[in-house]
Amino acid sequence: MLKKTLCLTTLLLANVAVAADLEIKVTNLTYGLHFTPLLVAAHPADSRLFQAGSTATPALQKMAEGGDIAELTSIISAVAGNSLVNPANGLLAPGAEVSAMLTTTGSNNYLSVTAMLLPTNDGFVGLNSWPIPTEKGTYTVMLNAYDAGTEANNELVVEGSGAPNIPGIPAAPGGNAGSGGTGVTLEELNTTVHIHRGSLGDDNLSGGKSDLDNRVHRWLNPVARLTVTVK
Amino acid sequence: MNNLSHKTRYCCSGLLALTLAACGDGHSVATTPATPPPPTPVVTYQFEIEVTNLTQAQPISPVAAVLQTSGRLWTVGQPASVALERLAEAGDNSAILGDSQVTAKASLSGMLLPGTSAKMTIETTEMVNYLSVLGMPVNTNDAFSGLTGFDLRTLAVNSARIFDTPVYDAGTEGNSESAASVPGPAAGGEGFNSQRDDVNQVRMHSGVVSQQDGLSSSALLEAHRFDNPMLKIRIMRTK
Repeated sequence: MLKKTLCLTTLLLANVAVAADLEIKVTNLTYGLHFTPLLVAAHPADSRLFQAGSTATPALQKMAEGGDIAELTSIISAVAGNSLVNPANGLLAPGAEVSAMLTTTGSNNYLSVTAMLLPTNDGFVGLNSWPIPTEKGTYTVMLNAYDAGTEANNELVVEGSGAPNIPGIPAAPGGNAGSGGTGVTLEELNTTVHIHRGSLGDDNLSGGKSDLDNRVHRWLNPVARLTVTVK
Repeated sequence: MNNLSHKTRYCCSGLLALTLAACGDGHSVATTPATPPPPTPVVTYQFEIEVTNLTQAQPISPVAAVLQTSGRLWTVGQPASVALERLAEAGDNSAILGDSQVTAKASLSGMLLPGTSAKMTIETTEMVNYLSVLGMPVNTNDAFSGLTGFDLRTLAVNSARIFDTPVYDAGTEGNSESAASVPGPAAGGEGFNSQRDDVNQVRMHSGVVSQQDGLSSSALLEAHRFDNPMLKIRIMRTK
């Protein structure tokens, strides 16, 4: 009986974790994709930035189609979460990494990450509710590419298409995409958040179906490495 | 025979302080009048490395395993060494094995074909910290798969670790997939070329496109495509 009580106390204490100092490092592992401004958030168990198999929230759609993390940041603020907003001060290039500190408070024991992948229609690198370890040490998490399910992957670079419901890829920061494609598809078959099937691309930079280069803009998972050091 | 002579030499040096004369003619220790102190045993660390090729149609160049006291063989975002470039463009692991930082090494003797496994053993008398194991999928421009910087001190005797390793792009040669530039049997093109006409950073590989999937100049077929992981590497500490 005493043992049980002790265990229960331990569990309760674990749930009411005190502040934790985390060093967060994100590495863009891809060959040819840029990450838009990252949002790294510590939050309680019952909040989310996204959920695979569920329809994207308008806030997620804005991030995934246009790289805008303002609304997702507000969601985290509303649940008294802790956010690391845009640590790279803009785009995180292929092969590049960024480090920053994040201090968690209260019951913000779960870590989530999002950033749009460019050039894609509504692809993003994501991590949903990774339980932050309480033991000091360095932990590595590999992150996959998701499709927000909110836009058909036509793979056409269209200026201004970062706004929700305007089809197209808003930018190709590597400067290595084409133009004049006819479009890969008009359909989004899975309209929930799902693992991205990857881009098709083609070998015709001034025509073909896709504006993407199939030697440069494809990827295989994982697309990012998250290194968390619990201080 | 090697073992025997090694042992004899060892005994001699162990006795050096006591009876210098006994070493001169290599006679057995039985002639020594005093009881010798027990020699410090030579500790041998031995690791068995088993590699499995998980691909559909990518033979893997002779897989190299090297021990180093420090450092990694590659880091995503950093330029590849010339030794790594040679392995990733031509499947030639000699420069990786021959690097001055390497304290022990092993190599598989030939191509590791899809669906097959092979073992090698690496042995050392001083515990070195870091193991790297890598090979090239030869029907690519400059891809490689493997692990680097695995800390062997974390492995107890008779325990094993299994790694599923992803595919990296050395970033030293553009992924044209052309017959002239891919050295494997699918193309028969050039291996190593010191010119770096790509991003000059190691990154994760984006996969091969192949002719059938839309790269008309590619010498590769859809069967040469791959996904992560490419290799299964099992490291077992046997001594």
